[in-house]
Amino acid sequence: MTKNIAKPAVPFGGKYRIIDFPLSNCANSGIDKVGVLTQYRPLELHNYLGTGSAWDLDKRNGGVFILPPYARDKGADWYKGTADAIYQNLNFIELMDPEYVLVLSGDHIYTMDYSWMIESHKMNKAEATIGVIEVPWDEAPRFGIMNTDEDGRINEFEEKPAKPKSNLASMGIYVFNTEFLKSYLEADAKDTMSSHDFGKNIIPKMLADKARLYSYAFDGYWKDVGTIESLWQANMDLLQDQPPFSLDDTWRIYSSNLALPPHYLGSTAKVHRSMINEGSMIFGEVENSVIFPGVRIGKGAQVKNSVILPFTTIAENARVDHAIVAQNCEIAAGAQVAGAEGAIAVVPEGETVLPADGSKQVG
Amino acid sequence: MKSVLGIINLEGNDSLIKELVEHRSLASIPFAGRYRIIDFPLSNMVNSGVGNVGVLLSAKSRSIMDHLRSGKDWDLARHRDGLSYLPSVHRNGQSDRGNIEGLYRNIDFVEHSAERYVLLVRSDAIYNMNFAPVLRFHQNTGADVTVVYNTAFDEQQGSCTLLETAENGLVTDLAQKMVSYEGAKLSMGIYLMEKRTFLDIVKDTFEHGGTDFMRDGLMQRFDDFAVYGYEHKGYVARMTSTAAYYKANMDVLRPGVWEELFMGEDPIYTKSKDEVPVQYKDTAKVTNSLIANGCVIRGEVENSIIFRGVTIAEGAKVKDSIIMQQCDLEENALLEHVICDKNVKITRDKWLKGAANYPLIVSKNVVI
Repeated sequence: MTKNIAKPAVPFGGKYRIIDFPLSNCANSGIDKVGVLTQYRPLELHNYLGTGSAWDLDKRNGGVFILPPYARDKGADWYKGTADAIYQNLNFIELMDPEYVLVLSGDHIYTMDYSWMIESHKMNKAEATIGVIEVPWDEAPRFGIMNTDEDGRINEFEEKPAKPKSNLASMGIYVFNTEFLKSYLEADAKDTMSSHDFGKNIIPKMLADKARLYSYAFDGYWKDVGTIESLWQANMDLLQDQPPFSLDDTWRIYSSNLALPPHYLGSTAKVHRSMINEGSMIFGEVENSVIFPGVRIGKGAQVKNSVILPFTTIAENARVDHAIVAQNCEIAAGAQVAGAEGAIAVVPEGETVLPADGSKQVG
Repeated sequence: MKSVLGIINLEGNDSLIKELVEHRSLASIPFAGRYRIIDFPLSNMVNSGVGNVGVLLSAKSRSIMDHLRSGKDWDLARHRDGLSYLPSVHRNGQSDRGNIEGLYRNIDFVEHSAERYVLLVRSDAIYNMNFAPVLRFHQNTGADVTVVYNTAFDEQQGSCTLLETAENGLVTDLAQKMVSYEGAKLSMGIYLMEKRTFLDIVKDTFEHGGTDFMRDGLMQRFDDFAVYGYEHKGYVARMTSTAAYYKANMDVLRPGVWEELFMGEDPIYTKSKDEVPVQYKDTAKVTNSLIANGCVIRGEVENSIIFRGVTIAEGAKVKDSIIMQQCDLEENALLEHVICDKNVKITRDKWLKGAANYPLIVSKNVVI
């Protein structure tokens, strides 16, 4: 059983939302009891997930649950931290009654079969297993670093160390024995000095108590999408001639799909090195870009190095470069949106961008 | 439309469309890059509010059942009613227009349904329409049977049913002809009537040796019923021949048709496949085409429809063609006026060319 905390609805890859990745990973790994912890716009998320059928998570027993903060006898509390969010939902864990709890953070794109990690946890007779990935040494100071024995047992945890002793970064993916997790969460809840965070409080406490903590090494594409820049970069990564990871048959990522036709490229369309989804109509130039469903790109328009979200219109002769344009926007005829590498322009949802000289070009 | 029971008839005249129906029924022919013909009548019913739909199977039904499954993709996987399969009566792959016997053998399904009306629809035409106005028209005119028709804008080859109507919509003549003319009123194979009228026609026709609902049922007893015609003014394409099928697909490359069929308020639903958005690589050159998700394009595509999961290698050129699911076109393959069925592989440097009114068809799974 799994929990997932963070910005789940962030769109990616012309079709997906971040949450499609942990959810699909769970479904493909044979995990069918999944709780999604969120305090940000639960309605939008719930509307997207529905009964979980797109991920085969509409089950008689279990399935996917949205878990926002809720009020009870002693009042209501926002989630104070990653650990607190789970602590407040211990009743959900008890309802599902699993042997293990898999905790997943929701800021990363990756494909992973969790059953191997759980196998490894069982074989090591671990009380907790932490997923780790090798990062370049010069980047190690940005991460929570695990120092391990030869057999993978974790002996030290350093948060953002200036001089790292290892380059194994914590992925924010944990497997716990259920009772073990519960006891630490309950103790942590009583600690008023704690910030109720896995990385800052729970894991260090487990280590200090010399619990059996093991690492599980993951080797594959793992991309942070917590910032605009990294989200843009992750989308761009997909456009390489051989993308760094496969979104196809070998490990399908499921998504909630709209009923739209294949997209149409008109006679004036020029599309290179891009990904385009259904329901779009392209009459202009698209290069090195990711186009979501229902997007219209008019004749003479140029879209480069950008991510265009659903149902946005880019009118004739408009120019969009190094940008993320949110859904339902309109880039008017002749208007320009220009960002640059390292400074990606963002057009928020529903906005209209007019040409700089104030005139509205009649296209 | 809750009072309407939908029945989709899979029988069709598929003699002129042979290669594509070798292993599947006409209703199951892939269309417009993502769909099957049956998606259209079925989605139209669902969008109109019909919640109880029987699909009268034909001899080659595996493909249809695999496509529709529980009806979930059309919101028809319901506790009550929803999608039902009505077994076929044919054994040896013979198909029979109208399938009166099939309707007769499945009459229980209709007799036990709660709905007052029956909407009988063929599955060999492409159109997007809401049937609710048809019901209102039927009720307002007091018709016994309402036939939906469209007005042909050009000559059409192949067997069709022509209507003559009076000002108020009353049908004064129904005739089956081999060729129609511009301005002719052509039946779309959509019939709405009260359940008791439907049962009367089916039983009577079968018991007197008839085989086709329109020809042996309605036409023979034309004077017994008040038949009214309701005109659908939108785009209609009938799959009467391979040429008609090809032309209909090419029509969808016109933005007006594409938008009318797919981008209006009533979408066309189909089996969900979770394919990756289309990947256009550096050497891709694509114009005036529809490309379905799951494709990887490195070559040139013009005036064509490419179904899901197709790879087109660098140097390959596809023009005026229809390439169905999972085909693989290798380097420098050249295709013009070709229809490739599923899973075809065209190896490097091969050239295939059909003609505009006679496309070359490559059967399923063939490697060239």
